[in-house]
Amino acid sequence: MKLRSFLNACLGFAAFVGLWQLATHGNKVGDLPSPWMTARGLGQVAAQGVLWQNIIASVFRVAWGFSLAAAIGIPLGIALGWYPRLRDVVNPLVQSLRPISPIAWLPFAVIMFGGTALSSDLSAIFLLFLSAFFPIVTASTSATASIDQKYIRSARNFGVEGFDLFRRVVLPAALPQVLTGLRLALGIAWVVVVAAEMLGVETGLGYQVMDSRNALRMDHVAAAMVVIAAIGLLLDTGMARVESTILARRGVRRG
Amino acid sequence: MTELGSDTRTKIAIREVCKTFETKKGRVVVLDQVDLDVRSGEFLAIVGPSGCGKSTLLNCMAGFEPITSGSIRIDGVEVDAPSRKRVFVFQEPGILPWFSVWDNIGFGLGKMPFEQKHEIVMRYIRLVGLDGFEKSFPSELSGGMKQRVEFARALAVQPDVLYLDEPFGALDALTRLEMRAEILRIWGETRKTCILVTHDVEEAVELADRVAVMTPRPATVHSVLDNDLPRPRSADQREFRALKDRVFEILGVRRG
Repeated sequence: MKLRSFLNACLGFAAFVGLWQLATHGNKVGDLPSPWMTARGLGQVAAQGVLWQNIIASVFRVAWGFSLAAAIGIPLGIALGWYPRLRDVVNPLVQSLRPISPIAWLPFAVIMFGGTALSSDLSAIFLLFLSAFFPIVTASTSATASIDQKYIRSARNFGVEGFDLFRRVVLPAALPQVLTGLRLALGIAWVVVVAAEMLGVETGLGYQVMDSRNALRMDHVAAAMVVIAAIGLLLDTGMARVESTILARRGVRRG
Repeated sequence: MTELGSDTRTKIAIREVCKTFETKKGRVVVLDQVDLDVRSGEFLAIVGPSGCGKSTLLNCMAGFEPITSGSIRIDGVEVDAPSRKRVFVFQEPGILPWFSVWDNIGFGLGKMPFEQKHEIVMRYIRLVGLDGFEKSFPSELSGGMKQRVEFARALAVQPDVLYLDEPFGALDALTRLEMRAEILRIWGETRKTCILVTHDVEEAVELADRVAVMTPRPATVHSVLDNDLPRPRSADQREFRALKDRVFEILGVRRG
């Protein structure tokens, strides 16, 4: 079955590359690049060595933004899920800020962090923080608010209260949905990093896209897109694996 | 029928209990002047039409929900919060999916040395017939086995009272019959006061010493029927059928 789904996936890719080749046949470097030009461009940027620096820069920013968002978003979300009064006060605000694209914050980010050392990194990290923060808060809030009352009641029945209740019941009950939120947030952060790096920074995969565009090297633009897709896929697969490992250990996903 | 409060073995005394809920459509009276005595060590069943508030009554007895007026006293003390002395057994087992059978049964035991805890946990694993499954997770168990874990967890804290809220409702028909026999065996061995809420009249007649029949909402206790049939009981017995018919008659259900 595993081999079969792999072959099916290959079929989809082959069809896509075929159509792509047909559509871009005979194009030159300044036009939409063909698959072959993209592959060649990928070889060139990889050989230049800048590609690796750009990958590291993007992953570094996402890692910081995502970790900060998780560190603040999970506790806040759980608190909002647990205390209805707090939720009534804070959640409408959170939900109103959520639809604002993080990119819209860029001008403010530049003002806030401009002039400091690492200013470009800080403003990109701030945008990534925003992009990951809202999905994490929202998932943690609903995870906690939707915990089956049966579990809470039986814990109280057995005199399990306070931190013990949190550690043994609330956290593990909320965990699956929180993990799903983290995975979603990481995916969004990775999408946003490219846009966040298109202004004001001089490293990262987003910068590489803009820089190649300015040099009219569309093959290098497409090469950067291939790299973005591959790393995005890698991050998501990694998160999915972390998720299933943690859940399997708790027996939730077994059987 | 017995006169209220006349029995010295009264464990739980429910007096003029009213319970109302505030909803968007206004105030809903769920329990209206409920009077009921539960004797120490007896198996009492509460039957009534679905949605009549029998589960609400049980939740109030367990201290999960406050009553609007009246009083519920256990051993003479007003119920105001849940207690380990009175354990609630849920329909869909309330055992925790992220803990093993061992951890679930030890869940309510609080802090104690490992050896002591292990001894208690293993004793109750044996009592419910789950030897060898202590390391299993709930997701690896059948519905009946999960319900056994729930019983073991409840019994491990040595409560006086077990509240059974349609504990077999989520089980298939065969497992349900098996678990009825099982709960009777456990009750026979431990003699806890058991209060069973069910809409299954046959289940109530098979298990209980007395059957309290509730009216539709706003619910009150219509009557309490004594059930002296010797155990094990069979639904084919004439007296069994007669008692069942009596309950159906009070519930206003016409059959056949």
